[in-house]
Amino acid sequence: MSPRTSLPRRRLLRLPLPSGLRVRLVVAFGLVAVVAALSTGALTFREARTGILQQSQDTVIRLLRDRVDTLAPDLAFPPAQRDLSSFATEVAQGDPARRWRVLVTYHGLSATSIPQDPFTEPTPALRRAATTQTPTVFQRVTVGGRSSLVVGMPVAFTALHGERRATGLTVFLTVPQSAEQTYVQALVAAVERATVPALGLAVLFALLAAQGVLRPVRELRHATRRIAEGRLDTRLAVNGTDELADLSHTFNETAAALEESVAELRRMEAKARRFAADVSHELRTPLAAMSVVTDILDEDAAGLDPDTAAAVRLISKETANLARLVEDLMEISRFDAGAAALHLDEIDLAESVQRTLSSRAWQDSVATRLPPPGALRGRVDPRRLDVIVANLVGNALRHGASPIRLSLHEHQRFAPGGTDGTERWAVIEVLDSGPGIPETVLPHIFDRFYKSDTARTRTEGSGLGLAITAENVRLHGGTIRAANHPGGGALLTAELPLLEPEKEDRS
Amino acid sequence: MPRVLLIEDDPAVREGARLALRRQGHEVAAAETGEEGLGRLRSFRPDVVVLDLMLPGVSGLEVCRRIRADSQVPIIMVTAMGDDVDIVVGLETGADDYVVKPVQARVLEARIRAVLRRVEAAPSPDGGVPAAETYGELRIDRAGLTVTCRGAAVPLAPSELRLLLTLSAAPGRVFSRQQLLQAVWEHSYHGDARLVDACVKRLRTKIGEPSRQPRYIQTVRGFGYRFDSPR
Repeated sequence: MSPRTSLPRRRLLRLPLPSGLRVRLVVAFGLVAVVAALSTGALTFREARTGILQQSQDTVIRLLRDRVDTLAPDLAFPPAQRDLSSFATEVAQGDPARRWRVLVTYHGLSATSIPQDPFTEPTPALRRAATTQTPTVFQRVTVGGRSSLVVGMPVAFTALHGERRATGLTVFLTVPQSAEQTYVQALVAAVERATVPALGLAVLFALLAAQGVLRPVRELRHATRRIAEGRLDTRLAVNGTDELADLSHTFNETAAALEESVAELRRMEAKARRFAADVSHELRTPLAAMSVVTDILDEDAAGLDPDTAAAVRLISKETANLARLVEDLMEISRFDAGAAALHLDEIDLAESVQRTLSSRAWQDSVATRLPPPGALRGRVDPRRLDVIVANLVGNALRHGASPIRLSLHEHQRFAPGGTDGTERWAVIEVLDSGPGIPETVLPHIFDRFYKSDTARTRTEGSGLGLAITAENVRLHGGTIRAANHPGGGALLTAELPLLEPEKEDRS
Repeated sequence: MPRVLLIEDDPAVREGARLALRRQGHEVAAAETGEEGLGRLRSFRPDVVVLDLMLPGVSGLEVCRRIRADSQVPIIMVTAMGDDVDIVVGLETGADDYVVKPVQARVLEARIRAVLRRVEAAPSPDGGVPAAETYGELRIDRAGLTVTCRGAAVPLAPSELRLLLTLSAAPGRVFSRQQLLQAVWEHSYHGDARLVDACVKRLRTKIGEPSRQPRYIQTVRGFGYRFDSPR
């Protein structure tokens, strides 16, 4: 379960092969096709060439032997130069195609069928072999790109008692093998010609095979990405019964299981949230009846005996606290249900902040740095801006220490989609002079009912103030963060985008 | 002694509100259902109606609509916060203001006083009692608190009248929604601008403004509203 650690090893093992399944398949198929074509061609070629040459060679030797056997008895012994010449010519006439060139030697004398023929084809080794050995010897020689068959045949006679004896007369024959060479060349050409289409076919099949493999792989990749994007109802079409189909099937099962468990989690979460909302709702009606009469209690408490007055004031105060808690709970429920709506109005933000402070009589406790009137106008929800500022300052007053500084300024932010490439943001910073927020608490400061001090079971607020603040900021599309100021004290920063005036008429 | 008609279905809230309002010096009639409330309207002749929107049977919105059919008595809706759609519909149906449950007695009292002041006193530009002013086909009598359009009387609810008087007191001047909320509804600065928008909408309908090109009450984009006198 640690892809990050196994990755380098896989990199090491990986050869610098062309990447991509398609390329690899094409290369592999091509190599197999070439090797198959070449080895088949080579074997065929060798067998065919041997067969052809053997056959023509046997034919030539047989014909020569017959001719020599026919003509030799008529030759006078020992032959004169003239006899050798006519013998050579007559032997050469044994080939109906007249391609034979013949050399006859007898102890130092020699004659050729064609006058002045240098007859260089027989090698000295062949000449020696032909004169010293009884059986026919032959050799294939290639001179100037033309191959010929050279045969050396000692002429023997059979004595009366059946013994064959050499006469000293040797017949050499040279036959050009142009026809055989043509056959062989044709064979080579045929193999070559077969290799190219085979290679082409191999590449085609490779591409088809790659397509067959890659398409499901590609679909799988797309489906995985869709799942990652949160579209859990993504499923693959399962075709066939191969490994890829198995994989698709497994993918579908996994996706279905994931979808089911996510849906289950959402159901449970929604249920829990609905319960909180329902509880708040149910609490509200009796609270409405109690809240509406607390003023009567407060007014008349002075005329009661001290104990009753204290009890009555306690009930009045706690009723107000309970009402605020229920209001906050309902407010947060609306955010959870997605029912919180922005009611935007174009206002002067500095004026709004000042009104927030003055309506709560906080002007003397907070040092402000605000833009001049009219300098920072924007479309926000005035009530929600009031909640944001009041909660940030209220939190600083409760948990931090005086003096508390509040600053409001505009910030131009790069935005590719916005008009003239920038967006206007309002930045609200509230800094207290307290000890700051412990590092362990910092990430949870906007959590609901989070208590930084576990010993203290109740704070003055509902415990939802900063959570509601964060939701209000997010509803505006803004951001909120908490940090400890380098100079001491907790710094809470809310940033709100200032929307441009709407285009359509509001009326 | 202002007379308050309270229409609220929950017995505890009804009793609590009745107690609190009576302590504030109001004469209170409490009705349990919309039908009962509508029945009491004629006999009790209240100065203000406090109307719960969540009523069994005839809904609060329907009650509001039926009251407005032949009466301009101020109506304060009592809503559960978050019933945003109901608030907008209620305001457009003709409610003058709204309060959110659970409501404290002094908040309800303040809203009632504000709505009653709208009927009694209207701002006048120089303190004196001016003669009726005429803007195009519109005639506004600041002393008699009557408005006529092409000679016919226009029945205006208190907040509509007060809004028109505020805007027309300074023709050409732009009022932001928050300023109007403070001037007409006596709300805090962070009040709900939808009160203004709904009221402007109702007012325009009543004085026969074309919705596309209003002649008297102009929308100033990004700022608010302005009263103009057509030539």
